[in-house]
This record gives sequence, structure tokens and C-alpha cells, in this order.
Amino acid sequence: MTSGPNSTPSGDIRIDLLLIADLIEPGSRVLDVGCGDGSLLHHLAQTKKADGRGIELSQAGVNACVAHGLSVVQGDADKDLANYPTASFDYAVLSQTLQQVRHPRDVLTELLRIGRMAVISIPNFGHWKVRLILGLFGRMPVTEALNRPWYDTPNSHFCTIKDFAILCAELGIRIDRHISIDKQGRRMPIVSDGPFANLFSEQGVFLLSRPTGNSSPAPGAG
Amino acid sequence: MAVLGTEKPLVLDCGVELGPFTVAYETYGTLNEGRSNVILTCHALTGDQFVTGTNPISGKPGWWRLMVGPGQPFDTDRYFVVCANVLGGCMGTTGPKSIDPKTGKPYGLSFPVITIKDMVQAQAMLLDYLGIQKIFCVSGGSMGGMQALQWTVTYPERVHSAIPLGSAAHHTAQNIALHEVGRQAIMGDPDWHGGDYMSHNTIPRAGLSVARMAAHISYLSEAAMHRKFGRQLQDRDTLSYGFGADFQVESYLRHQGSIFVERFDANSYLYLTRAMDYFDLISEFQGVLGDAFRQSPTRFCIISFTGDWLFPTSENRVIVHALNAAAANVSFVEIESDKGHDAFLLDEPEMFETIRGFLKGAAEHWSGNTP
Repeated sequence: MTSGPNSTPSGDIRIDLLLIADLIEPGSRVLDVGCGDGSLLHHLAQTKKADGRGIELSQAGVNACVAHGLSVVQGDADKDLANYPTASFDYAVLSQTLQQVRHPRDVLTELLRIGRMAVISIPNFGHWKVRLILGLFGRMPVTEALNRPWYDTPNSHFCTIKDFAILCAELGIRIDRHISIDKQGRRMPIVSDGPFANLFSEQGVFLLSRPTGNSSPAPGAG
Repeated sequence: MAVLGTEKPLVLDCGVELGPFTVAYETYGTLNEGRSNVILTCHALTGDQFVTGTNPISGKPGWWRLMVGPGQPFDTDRYFVVCANVLGGCMGTTGPKSIDPKTGKPYGLSFPVITIKDMVQAQAMLLDYLGIQKIFCVSGGSMGGMQALQWTVTYPERVHSAIPLGSAAHHTAQNIALHEVGRQAIMGDPDWHGGDYMSHNTIPRAGLSVARMAAHISYLSEAAMHRKFGRQLQDRDTLSYGFGADFQVESYLRHQGSIFVERFDANSYLYLTRAMDYFDLISEFQGVLGDAFRQSPTRFCIISFTGDWLFPTSENRVIVHALNAAAANVSFVEIESDKGHDAFLLDEPEMFETIRGFLKGAAEHWSGNTP
């Protein structure tokens, strides 16, 4: 064992990442886009015997991952997904990153080209607190889940749970599972994927797939 | 020393059959029972087989002593590290200064033009001779990185993991141009005698020295040079209004050039720079580099350095994209360093950390006895 950097992918993994891991079948090939310090990849390798790969924008994150034996490349979801072959992974994972990319629609399309399935988690801009702050006070919401002011946030493309579902429908992507979670990443079983999810869930986790017969490769594939 | 190609010669890319030929090599550490703890290191343009410890020829420490040794990333307490002087070199392996058995005289320019692939094939023959089938890892920087890449393409089934550092899938126009300056300096030196300087008892000192000076600049970064020398004057307080080595940087380069001619053969320099220029994995695979790595079983760790303008990150990223396109297992790390191309030889803690981690991951997926 090497003496690693501070960001050791270890047992203390974010709860929402555990939830994502639960959606992944053992022994799968997984591409984690925006894999950070590699906690999810590490967890999947340990508990699911997954063959995991990662892409991470921050060099510090990449170096930490590789120093812990994970296969991770420095790269940008907006630019570098085009290099990956079609259906080369069982799952493409994008956790808390879709709202930060330049072209979320293209990235989503690419994820479901590269992966047979995709697991996406997004913050919900339709949450009642967000609506309240914007609607009642006329300010850009700063909540515990969205804790940075508008001028200092990496998030550039917020959407609501409803918006996301509509985009998936437009792209012919099927939502196989939808799990509502709170700001700590805990499941919200009562809200679940019901009609009030868009009002009460702080984050949404989605398991997506492309129905067979509708899997024409996206432009730029290969 | 191993004499190879006695029964079956090595067929070079240029068509010439070479054999028998000699490969000078060094090993460090102990080969385990399963012969599964081999790390092959490939040296750069002017490197040699003396990776670590004291170089018996120069008396200086080995070129990769920070990487190779007990407790180092290529830990000689665990791994069996092999390094061979490349074909065409001048440190004991057959090259242009060796005696041509047909004439009894040094080959000189009658030596066949060597490619990176030829070097790798010679190394593969050496490993056969040593009874080593699979290598746990192949690694090298610059021209050594080219060899590591070529290994994964020519002998994918023999390579479990590869770490090319500061490397590229082909030499760029700028790389070729810089090499051409060096070659012209050598060939323009009257002491070169059309490559036949040994029979004239001369060495093209001036030419080889200038070649080294030009190359040396390309191995450093502007920042590193500025930090080391700035505009400081050498052994004087004022400008001389002449063409002596007024500046420290001039004096340094002249010194680098003059010590280089003592240890390196000018014709070897021509052959090895040519081998690098000819290296082009992209055109070898009809412009689709990804095809070079289809079905590759090798785990790759590509490493580049921010301050390297000779083999910049962009060139390394070309390899990464091709590996991704081939769905190969690849890690890619860019190390923050302003030390230029030579950074892979230097004390870069993040590079060492990365390599330790990568080897750990590689060992977990290694079917041989875990090194």
C-alpha cells in the first residue's frame, strides 16, 4: 500500500454514490464521467468486482485516482466522450455533473451511446425551497444543496426533475428507475418517483436505457 | 552481453537481415521463480543500459536512479528490472561503430537504418534469450516511451502494462526539424569524413557538440533555463564585446556539448535520431491510431508534463484518445512541472506516486505470481 494523497477513496463514500452503486449489476464495465477522487470506482471494484474506468476534469482528482490503482484519464465530458466506442460499457455514470457541462443534451446522448445504460444524478431546481426563494424573494436560490452564489458556481445548466424527464423523452431515452434523495443523499421513500418528486426531492437519481430498436449511434460515434 | 540472431537473423524494417549481433544489457533485482516480475526499461536517445547504480563507463549515477532501486517505484527488491542498450547505440550493442564482420572495419554509414520497431524486436530477442516470456511492465521516457508504445503494438500479448512518459505516437515536424539541425551540424563537420572518421582517427567534435547543445535546449523549459541562468554572466562582471561565453547559459551549453562528445558516437547520434523521426504509429495504421490498440490486453499509464514542449501533453493526449477509442485500459496523468522534457528523469514526487499506484493496480490484475 502506498502512502497516498489526502483524498483516499476509502470507506467514507458519499451516500448518493452508494445509491448509484446499488443500481449497478456486479461484474459490469463502468465508465464514471467526472469521477472525482475515484470513490465510486473504488467502491464498485471492491464490492461489485466492476471493471471501472474514469474521466475527470481536475488534474488533482485524476492523479489521486491513478495513484490508487484506478484507471482514470484527465478529460472533459463535453469534448472527450466522442472518442469512446459505442456500447463499450455496461454503464456510464454521471454524478452531479450534468448541470456543469456545456452541452448537457449532447453529453446525455453520448452517455447512452457509450453505455448500454446510464446512471445520472442531478440536483433538482424544482425543489420547493428553490421555488420559494426565487418566486417569493426574487433571488437566485442558495440552499444547502445548492450552496454557492450565482457568480461563483460551476453549475451552468440547472433543470428540474420534470425538465430532465422531458429531455429524456425527447431523446428517446427510457427512465428505468427514478429515486428521490434529500440533500444528504438519503432516499426519500415517501416522495419516491411519485407526482411530488419534482417539488420535494432535492436530488434525483436516474437509471436510464435506450429501448432496443432505438439504439442508432449518435453522430460522432466511433 | 548477449549475442543474438545467430540462427535466425533479425529482419529490419529497411529489409536488411542483421545477425549475429550483440546486445549489451543490465539487470537489477532478482528474477522470481515464475519469471513474472520483469520490468523492462527503455532508454532515451542518449541513454544507456546503466539505469541505476554507478555507470561504469562515465562514473556517474545511473540515469533513472530515482525510479529504479530498492524502495523506488520500480522496486528492485520486488521487480527484476532489465535495460538494454538500443540497436544502433554505442554502449556495447551493435551499432555503426561496431566492426562489420564482412569487412573487418567499423560499419559507419554502411550500418542499416534502424527503426524503433527494430530496437523493440532486438529487445524481444534478448528476453527470449533470458527465458522471459511476459513482462509485467515496460516503461521509458521520450524515445524510451516510443519503444514502450511499440512493444504494446508489436507484442501485445507479452506486455501486461506499459508506462510511456513524455512520449508521442509520432515525431512531429518540429521534432524532426530539431533533429535535422543536429545531424547537419555533425555531417557538416570536416572531421566527420562522410561517417568514416574512425579510420581517419578523428571525431566530429564541433558538430556533435553543437547537435547536443541544440538538443539540450529542447529538453529544458524556458522557465527552468531562466531559473538556472537568467542573464547572468560567466566569470566576468561586464560584457566582453566579443564572442566568448559571456553568459552562463552559453558556458553551460558549451560544457554539455564538450562532455557529450567524449561519451557518445556521432554516427550513433545520426542513426538514433533518424529512428525517432521515422517513428509513426499513426501512419503505420493508416491514420487510425486506435487500430494499433484494438483488443489490447495491456494496461496503459500515459504520463506527460506541463513544461514539456518537445513532447507536449497534446501529443500524449492523441495516444490517450486512440486508446479510449480502442476501449483499452488507460490512465492518463499530466504532471505539473516546469522542468521541460527532462522532467521524467527528475525528482517529480507526483510522477512517482502515480507510478506506484498504477503498478499496484496492475499487480491486482496480473495472473503471474504477484510481484
